[in-house]
Amino acid sequence: MIDTFFNATIMAQAWPIILAGLGNTLALSLMVVPLGLAGGMALALLSTLRSPWVRWPLMAWVDFFRAFPPLVLLIFLYAGLPFAGLELGGFACVGIAFFLNTGAYYGEVLRAGIESVAPGQIEAARSTGLTRLQALIWIVLPQAVRAVLPDLLSNTLEVVKLTSLASVVALPELLFQARQAQSLTYNPTPIVAAAVVYFLLLWPLVRLLSRLENRAVAAR
Amino acid sequence: MIQAKGIHKQFGALHVLKGVDLDVAERELVFIIGPSGSGKSTMLRCLNRLEVPTAGSVVVDGIDLLDPRTDLNHARQRIGMVFQSFNLYPHMTALGNVTLALRKVAGKSRAEADEIGHAALARVGLAERADHRPGQLSGGQQQRVAIARAIALEPRVMLFDEPTSALDPELVGSVLGVMRSLRESGMTMVVVSHEMGFARAAADRVLFMDDGLIVEQGPPAQIFEAPVHARTRGFISQIQRH
Repeated sequence: MIDTFFNATIMAQAWPIILAGLGNTLALSLMVVPLGLAGGMALALLSTLRSPWVRWPLMAWVDFFRAFPPLVLLIFLYAGLPFAGLELGGFACVGIAFFLNTGAYYGEVLRAGIESVAPGQIEAARSTGLTRLQALIWIVLPQAVRAVLPDLLSNTLEVVKLTSLASVVALPELLFQARQAQSLTYNPTPIVAAAVVYFLLLWPLVRLLSRLENRAVAAR
Repeated sequence: MIQAKGIHKQFGALHVLKGVDLDVAERELVFIIGPSGSGKSTMLRCLNRLEVPTAGSVVVDGIDLLDPRTDLNHARQRIGMVFQSFNLYPHMTALGNVTLALRKVAGKSRAEADEIGHAALARVGLAERADHRPGQLSGGQQQRVAIARAIALEPRVMLFDEPTSALDPELVGSVLGVMRSLRESGMTMVVVSHEMGFARAAADRVLFMDDGLIVEQGPPAQIFEAPVHARTRGFISQIQRH
């Protein structure tokens, strides 16, 4: 049992491969989280425009990409689009798929945050001469982000976990590297190692999330 | 200082203001009373264009607020407003609340804005609370910070929308005290409120509004002791019973 799943010799061999995977997972996360946040912020800001010409397409967009499984989206971009002569490469496909998928999720979270800010806040700001945009930047967004910080963090956790999807387009992130190491060593220890690395990476975020959620409950 | 003529305001089918004229002279303190739904808050909010009248004209300190060419954000610096629910920014300190518009609208440096902000907080008796967040202040203190936020911009007119209605009775006095000192400094003020004692002592004129119109106006003694219209009489006797 220990030799199968926790084999020290194999661990030592696989470690550099796993570590390279971890590096790529971190790099991917550092790309897709800001991308998703930026996309989400754009969607949330657009949703503050009351025009039906913006609202309906926006709602359709968000619904579509929240319902579209990210793995299917990724495979479509990577393996489907080349049939139309469009070869984007694994990294770009992951970037676009995550931008579309997580952007829609972040967008909904941020929209809820913006809507939670009392209208009187904007009126007070406007009554002192702040423009609509200044009121948004200095008054609405800081309160909106604070209000939904636990949800943003929780979504970010999901996004980091979802980066393992990149393994299907042969991006050498943590899971992909672990599977490589597994097939090189004929032993599942690298997979276990990858799981442990994921846990060590995400556990502090999970703790932080619990604390934020407890604080939100206490503040109620 | 304020010339509002023929103000109408409709929200869909609801006709809230039905042709209100209001002239306020410099250094005058005008009190607006009336039952809820009479349009008095809406009228006040038309005076800084938080509500856009459906018809009519509003000129404040020589600036036509309804002219599309008017720089509204510039004009609003001259028109301070205090709200029933304070509307302080909860994520900023008292000083931050007071200095935001000084820095972002009036273009002051942080040092200048802080100096003006401290002075404004001192004027409302809260010099020591500059670093407190709204959540750490009592309702009366919050409302005084809100007044400081408005007066820091050196407005020509101050609008008060039921400034003491959300306060516990024992906190009302401190806010009225600040309003009285503003009055003594010569500020032009329009106050929507039912603080009759304050109106009697400080107001030059009291307006009674009902159903979107000014029913009656005059000096406080006349409106409170000898109202001409039956509706005014009914309303005054009702609020005096409380």
